[in-house]
Amino acid sequence: MTVADVLLLALGAVAVGSGAAVVTSDHLVRSGLYLVVSLGAMAGLYLVLGAELVAWVQVLVYVGAVVVLLLFAVMLTRAPIGPSPDLDRPAWPALIVGGGVGLGLAALLADAFRWTLYDRPEPGTTERMGTQIFGQWVLPFEVLSILLLSALVGAIVLSRPDIGARTGEEA
Amino acid sequence: MPLWLDLLVRVVAVVAAFLVVPLVVGQMEHKVMAHMQSRLGPMYAGGFHGWAQLVADGVKFVQKEDITPRDADRPVFRLAPLVALFPYLVVLLAIPLGPGGLVAQPMDVGLFFVLAVLGVGVVAVLMSAWASANKYSLLGGLRGAAQLLGYELPLVLSAASVAMAAGTLSLPGIVAAWSPWWLLWQAPAALVFFVSGLAEIRRPPFDMPIADSELVFGYMTEYTGLRFAFFLLAEYVGIVVIAALTTVLFLGGWHGPDPAHLGWLWTLAKVFAVSFVVIWLRVSYPRLREDQLQRLCWLVLVPVALAQLVLTAVVKLAL
Repeated sequence: MTVADVLLLALGAVAVGSGAAVVTSDHLVRSGLYLVVSLGAMAGLYLVLGAELVAWVQVLVYVGAVVVLLLFAVMLTRAPIGPSPDLDRPAWPALIVGGGVGLGLAALLADAFRWTLYDRPEPGTTERMGTQIFGQWVLPFEVLSILLLSALVGAIVLSRPDIGARTGEEA
Repeated sequence: MPLWLDLLVRVVAVVAAFLVVPLVVGQMEHKVMAHMQSRLGPMYAGGFHGWAQLVADGVKFVQKEDITPRDADRPVFRLAPLVALFPYLVVLLAIPLGPGGLVAQPMDVGLFFVLAVLGVGVVAVLMSAWASANKYSLLGGLRGAAQLLGYELPLVLSAASVAMAAGTLSLPGIVAAWSPWWLLWQAPAALVFFVSGLAEIRRPPFDMPIADSELVFGYMTEYTGLRFAFFLLAEYVGIVVIAALTTVLFLGGWHGPDPAHLGWLWTLAKVFAVSFVVIWLRVSYPRLREDQLQRLCWLVLVPVALAQLVLTAVVKLAL
């Protein structure tokens, strides 16, 4: 086993363990904090695999923004310190769905790749990413940005009653 | 030099800088604020102009009782100051002092790394705010999170403008590509970056999250002793980090007479000059109200940063 293997296993264990803690913890806000750990470990996995840019995007977007927004919303509504025994969590359906998806994906990957060894591609530098995105993948990239832009405009319209929701004039 | 020795030297250098430079900035703040308000500031500790005051403060903080409130969420409460401090230590790794690889960790995506890691600081604010079990803390933390999330946008956009101008995300690469006329070309971005950087480290006039006249001390209200000192240290390291980033991105880092030998000196001089401005602003401006603060971010800084991006692109294509 190389150092990279050990790191991958350790980070994977951290990601899975804290991910399990997210859904089993009785402490509402701590669940969110476990999510930070889990996503951080994922970023670590990307780093070990040589995808530096993806790793830092993961930190910037998920740890720095998405989870923070989630925690922010939880703290605005109800965030008791200590366990909340009344959390509505159907354990069995969740276990079946989660376990099923996990096993299914694992079986699929094992079947697709068997035990073939692949060389790691070169580390993903910014320059390579840039040429790829704005060369080969420019159309999907632009379509995605239009989708995000329209979602942004939609969010603004929905959250501002003074500019949205004009009813009964034209239609 | 063998690899491990090289690594050790770099890490020790960064930790030393992490422990020394913020103290110098802290002492500078004592003295600069004092003189701007026509008083002397600390004069006794250490003899010469009270140079040892911060060391004395440190000793005082260590001696104080470490109190965790009874209703607090203990592990989260105790972890928060470390989470606040850690990102700044990591960011220092990527900041280049001089040409020829005088940086702890040269990185292809240095700028992106710095911005991503700085963003983690919000988690510490929310952790300390919530775990304190104190309504003032929680209010301060919510204000802080709203402020940090908002100001991250102009910060990233103005940094993107420099990256576009330089054609690289590597911090040493950006300094190498810098030329004096960028001072004019990138001036709006520099201003936006500096102002939103101030807001990111919650320095006055952007200290609404810890507004002491209404929220006691915001998310730091319940902290005592060493843990409070960690928050204070994080604030000073924050000044250093924002000053260093402004220097590296907009003020040309090591550029100056004889950069090959004196480059580190120019970088440090610029960092201290920017830190001085940070302190100066604290003394000069009253605290922004919460609505003024958000208005400044969304209606002034974000549009200016976007306009600067367009300007950068136009000039870059025209040249």
